[in-house]
Amino acid sequence: MKATNIQDPEYFHKVVDCQYACPAHTPVPEYIRLIAAQRYTDAYMINWESNVFPGVLGRTCDRPCEPACRRGRIDEEPVAICRLKRVAADNKGDISDRMPIIPKKKNGKRIALIGGGPASLTVARDLMPLGYSVDLYDDQRAGGGFMRSQIPAFRLPEEVLNDEVNRILDMGVITHFNHYVDSLKTILDKKYDAVFIGSGAPRGRDLDLPGRQAADANVHIGIDWLSSVAFEHVESVGRKVIVLGGGNTAMDCCRTARRLGGDEVKVIVRSPFAEMKASPWEKEDAAHEGIPIMDNHVPQEFIVEDGRLVAMRFDRVKAVYDESGSRRLVSTGEEPVIVPCDDVLVAIGQENSFPWIERDVGVEFGKWDMPIVDETTFQSTNPTVFFGGDSAFGPQNVITAVAHGHQAAISIDLHCQGESVAKRPPPGVTLVSQKMGIHEWSYDSQVENDDRYQVPQAELEFTLSNRKLEVELGYDATTAFQEAQRCLNCDAQTVFSEKLCIECDACVDICPTDCLSIVVNSADEDQVRQTLKMPANNTEQDIYVSADLRTGRAMIKDENVCLHCGLCAERCPTAAWDMQKFYYSVSKAGQCG
Amino acid sequence: MTYIRPAFRHPDLPRNDLGFTRKDYEGAISTLCAGCGHDSISAAIVQACFELSIAPHKVAKLSGIGCSSKTPTYFLGNSHGFNSVHGRMPSVATGANLANRDLIYVGVSGDGDTASIGMGQFTHAVRRNLNMMYVVENNGCYGLTKGQDSATADIGSASKKGEPNHFEPIDLASIALQLGATFVARSFSGDREQLVPLIKAAISHRGFAFIDVISPCVTFNNNPKSTKGYEHVRDHLAATGTVDFVPFKQEISTEYEAGQSKEVTLHDGSVVHLHKADPELDIHSRRSALRLIKDYKAKDQILTGLLFMDEDSQDLHEILGTSKTPLRDLGVAELCPGQKVLDKLNESLR
Repeated sequence: MKATNIQDPEYFHKVVDCQYACPAHTPVPEYIRLIAAQRYTDAYMINWESNVFPGVLGRTCDRPCEPACRRGRIDEEPVAICRLKRVAADNKGDISDRMPIIPKKKNGKRIALIGGGPASLTVARDLMPLGYSVDLYDDQRAGGGFMRSQIPAFRLPEEVLNDEVNRILDMGVITHFNHYVDSLKTILDKKYDAVFIGSGAPRGRDLDLPGRQAADANVHIGIDWLSSVAFEHVESVGRKVIVLGGGNTAMDCCRTARRLGGDEVKVIVRSPFAEMKASPWEKEDAAHEGIPIMDNHVPQEFIVEDGRLVAMRFDRVKAVYDESGSRRLVSTGEEPVIVPCDDVLVAIGQENSFPWIERDVGVEFGKWDMPIVDETTFQSTNPTVFFGGDSAFGPQNVITAVAHGHQAAISIDLHCQGESVAKRPPPGVTLVSQKMGIHEWSYDSQVENDDRYQVPQAELEFTLSNRKLEVELGYDATTAFQEAQRCLNCDAQTVFSEKLCIECDACVDICPTDCLSIVVNSADEDQVRQTLKMPANNTEQDIYVSADLRTGRAMIKDENVCLHCGLCAERCPTAAWDMQKFYYSVSKAGQCG
Repeated sequence: MTYIRPAFRHPDLPRNDLGFTRKDYEGAISTLCAGCGHDSISAAIVQACFELSIAPHKVAKLSGIGCSSKTPTYFLGNSHGFNSVHGRMPSVATGANLANRDLIYVGVSGDGDTASIGMGQFTHAVRRNLNMMYVVENNGCYGLTKGQDSATADIGSASKKGEPNHFEPIDLASIALQLGATFVARSFSGDREQLVPLIKAAISHRGFAFIDVISPCVTFNNNPKSTKGYEHVRDHLAATGTVDFVPFKQEISTEYEAGQSKEVTLHDGSVVHLHKADPELDIHSRRSALRLIKDYKAKDQILTGLLFMDEDSQDLHEILGTSKTPLRDLGVAELCPGQKVLDKLNESLR
């Protein structure tokens, strides 16, 4: 195999599993170290630059970083990255002097943002400091989009959301709240230099079953119902509630219903429990509040008596898989199950909907009536119209919307400056040795053995009676430090210089997880992977191959379970291995040159 | 500061017949200089004991004084250990072995501990064919006292100080051959593929198994003019052949070219398979081994690999006809059988 090109920033980026998995590529280990050092404000700012809503995300993120965390491959559970982020947000000091300076003299370019959610706000956050004038349109009475209307207050207190949303609006965004945009044409007619559409996926799926119409007064679309609760149009629900669906919205619906008077709330889902879309921790939280989840039940009928919904009928099924692994739900043939209920919340998915975009304004639509959007530039077929967040490629999550917003802002900036939107700025990268002495590194290289720390929660008797009382209390400073110390510092990269190596095997012998081998190289990667001291069977993880050493062999490192403990570098007599901190930041709008 | 080895290991670490992983054969983290050849030898011993599925409590590690003799702390942390007086490890090993013949004895010594202060002790352990593996971690210098030339330093070899050595070196492998060692090998700490099977064969051999391992002192004797530095050794290495160790009960799967290979079955049924690189070698002949060592040295090469073995040798216990039961397992009744037995014995001598 050819020697690994470590000049390519993507090589070491991929080694930092959490950062690589994060759609916004937040430099996770860096801010975790700052949290351990109680430098919460600095930790917050790293997050804020990258993901804009650290306080929101530290409570509600889908956490793609955590399943990716290297710790999860050597220990039972990954580092609690998400909840550590919250520690930074909760304990930060005043950051007003760290906010970007907004130029008084504008650059003369006007941008419209349709929708006030995370994608649009991120675009505003990136473009305001560059001197753009930004108009934001949203049909809600305040900014935040689904973060405000869909995420219940017991998971995300309104103050936290307001703080982070207002920080952007206070940059001088001209807001048009309570303003539903019903025509893209009228917006385009206002001669904006660019229009960004971050209008989300606003339509909840309905369930067309017998009795649906007759039961209409007590059947609610989950996301609409959550929104009505958030804006206090709905303040109670029946005593017996069925929530249909197995995703995170279903979890939010059932827990909200529990707080609005539903004392017999059940989640009923078609698929087997293990295949539900909801995050495991959200399922746990629902279970903790005494909400049963009935899996393998397919809804068949809304049962209405005397013009009122009284129950639902379900068919029991089991999952059958064919050779290709695709699933079919097959009836078990047992008696149908009748579940009495007063209200039903339908949380079986949501869809995009663009009735307000005229089909003759140059924005072309493709499959599933979705706009055709470039996956890198977020530009539509109308060069002045850009998409991001759920409205670009369908429902995702907040962190994905933020990532879209950053990229769309780059495109909008390039477009407004008359440059090609294809000219993407390279990431900002530094790689610096962390050696301080013979056994001393600038990071805490010692690997802690602690299990993951649980986040304490408020007592059920209080949380269930107050819809706005936050359930999770967050880590205290001591626990946050202990949890932060579980981080393996994967950004402290092992960097090898073959010219210095004397092939003494010291690194190979000391490596606790047998990542290193000095072996004869060959052209076939699969073969090389099998010749290592421990076969490198996780092919999702790269192997780091050196150029030929003096004996003609090569140093090969399997990145898979490296603890970044630095022992290879400490045991190396010639400093052929070194621990170097890799900092990777995704460039933002205005950083193209 | 990470002078602490993390507790985590590779999640897929293989297990041996006893259900142990390599971790169960590790010792404390080494305090030797980074890059010391001795640490490689420790790792090879760990690997060999793991592969042989030896129960760690069935091993006794013995050593004298010196960098080499510190190493038993760094492997087999669950085994017995005795760190003796300088050069006196063979006596302690002899006593331990006679008291408990059931243990596996791993002696680790250095060129100073064996070829200088312990020379007298070493020679007698060899001639008694004590059942043990005796490893000399040979770096040609006294690393623990800042690198003075040792008795195994070659003429003309210069350590870090730069002064060439003027004195004739002691070749420990040749001496072991001359004194009747029944298993003699030489290896290099940087050649794990050769060293691990040699250690496995030496441990399985009944009798005195000697391995002289050239092990560079990375701090004091790893410079261009030294004949025991990594570069010099690698450039001048020659091997008698490759050795495979096939444990008893395991089928021999590798095919060997006829005429170039030699199979030796040990007393426990395991097989040492030597694939010869030099057809001149007869591993059952001391004369052949001694001659080849000299021949290669004349060509400025270091001959490594298995040099000699006598798989049918009688160890000290057999020569002395000692009790098959380890002495430490004998009770008062066996050890002090009483006046009647003494009287009977005395009578028989009249």
